[in-house]
Amino acid sequence: MCGIVGLLVKKPELREQLGALMVPMLVEMAARGPESAGMAVFTAALPEGQRKYSLHAPVWDYDWGGFEGEFIKRFGPEAQLGVQGNHAILTCDEPADAVKPWVRGHFPMLHILAAGRVMDIYKDTGHPASVAERYRFGSFSGTHLVGHTRMATESAVTPDRAHPFTAGEDFCLVHNGTISNPYMIRRKLEHRGIVFETDNDTEAACRYLEWRMREGDNLETALGKGFEELDGFYTFLIGTQNKLALVRDAFACKPAVVAETDDYVAIASEFRSLAHLPGVDQAKLFEPMPEEIYSWTV
Amino acid sequence: MDGVNATDRRRVFDLSTARVRDLNQFLHHELPGSGVEQVEVQHPGGRHAIAVGINHPVNVEVKGHGGYYLAGMNKLASVTVHGNVGWGVAENMMSGTVRVKGFASESAGATGHGGTLIIEGDASLRCGISMKGIDIVVGGDIGNYSAFMAQAGHLLVCGDAGHALGDSLYEAVIYVRGRIKSLGADAQEEEMTDADRAKVAELLARAGFGYQPSEFKRVASAKKLYHWNADANQEY
Repeated sequence: MCGIVGLLVKKPELREQLGALMVPMLVEMAARGPESAGMAVFTAALPEGQRKYSLHAPVWDYDWGGFEGEFIKRFGPEAQLGVQGNHAILTCDEPADAVKPWVRGHFPMLHILAAGRVMDIYKDTGHPASVAERYRFGSFSGTHLVGHTRMATESAVTPDRAHPFTAGEDFCLVHNGTISNPYMIRRKLEHRGIVFETDNDTEAACRYLEWRMREGDNLETALGKGFEELDGFYTFLIGTQNKLALVRDAFACKPAVVAETDDYVAIASEFRSLAHLPGVDQAKLFEPMPEEIYSWTV
Repeated sequence: MDGVNATDRRRVFDLSTARVRDLNQFLHHELPGSGVEQVEVQHPGGRHAIAVGINHPVNVEVKGHGGYYLAGMNKLASVTVHGNVGWGVAENMMSGTVRVKGFASESAGATGHGGTLIIEGDASLRCGISMKGIDIVVGGDIGNYSAFMAQAGHLLVCGDAGHALGDSLYEAVIYVRGRIKSLGADAQEEEMTDADRAKVAELLARAGFGYQPSEFKRVASAKKLYHWNADANQEY
């Protein structure tokens, strides 16, 4: 089991409340995944030339000052670092193909969780309520969120194997279920130079879909190809810079429910995760059908 | 129930403050002999296992959406949900009536032995899987793989049915008013008899749905899987 949650607010005035609305959703899904949790938040976009990188360190009191100093020495003084314990968001003018190899070479203990202009990621082991508190999920503001509570089946319980998984820029995926052919997918992608960071089955699905989009598919076309290529059980919730998308496999063994009002689209594994949302009594409620693509644009 | 006034005949459980366990322990242990005839469940909030395992005649009204296994194993009680329900509503029901005013998620009425399950909206995948005597009436559509290995009872669908309807069916009978996406292995469409029309009329009356028996078709087992066929070469 795992729990998935997603929220997209339709009105700009609700963006400040995004995290506060989400936290009870995530905590309610702790029963489906008490071991680790994560959240991707899509914020206001950085200017075209800028990038931000979500970084994860192996210890809570990591020497981020030392990292920042070295980064500025190498790339110049424009960089900014927002620290939250063992996570930090690095904002700078440097593209991913410069930053990623440098971080891996000089700070191999750091893990780059995400890159892009819009998306920040926080994920860690522990009960979802304590993860939410640790990284102040309740204070998040933005247009949409993708969250997950994990009960591991396919790989160890570690921060890097918690969801959301990311690939490329401003793209993330959370998963409830099990992919049966992750190694087949992985061999196919590694052959094309795509680098995997964990042995987790969800990472294969995430990298496959993001690869399809880099090859020119739009999100919906990529998901359609995913129905053919990804074998196994899944409910996927995907976040891009301006979209949420939801799909279930042909057998629909893993649940999902959607509540939509004039104010928001909320997605969760079970209704109890949505029960606290304002106006949910009047919301349009439905369960996604197997092998149908549902997407919502900011 | 001499000496029991109207207030004593009714109990309210507000699940925004009370636990599901408080409700179920009342239904199991305190209800018999208490004179209570009506139980109202407020703010169910999608909680699991609401009003499971009742073994006593009582009316339960759930005012909102339920979670998994609502009214599971029900015996004798009448349970009405003014909302939607999660997976496995009325699973393994023995007798009584469960009515869902909204939609039901997967495996509604799974393995039910008796009683009536009425879903006014749609039912999702695997509705009536392995049903063993329950009658299920669905006002809307049903999802794929419904009535898989259904052994006894009736599944009446006023809307459409999904893929692989009645796969490996035993003696349960399915009536469908709308379109059937596909039949499962060994399920076949059959002529409606007078007995079928009478059964459909009776099920529709029980649910309060205003359709005509003549609008329904019958699906039942071709019984080709009942005996091992060495010549089939594992192809069915």
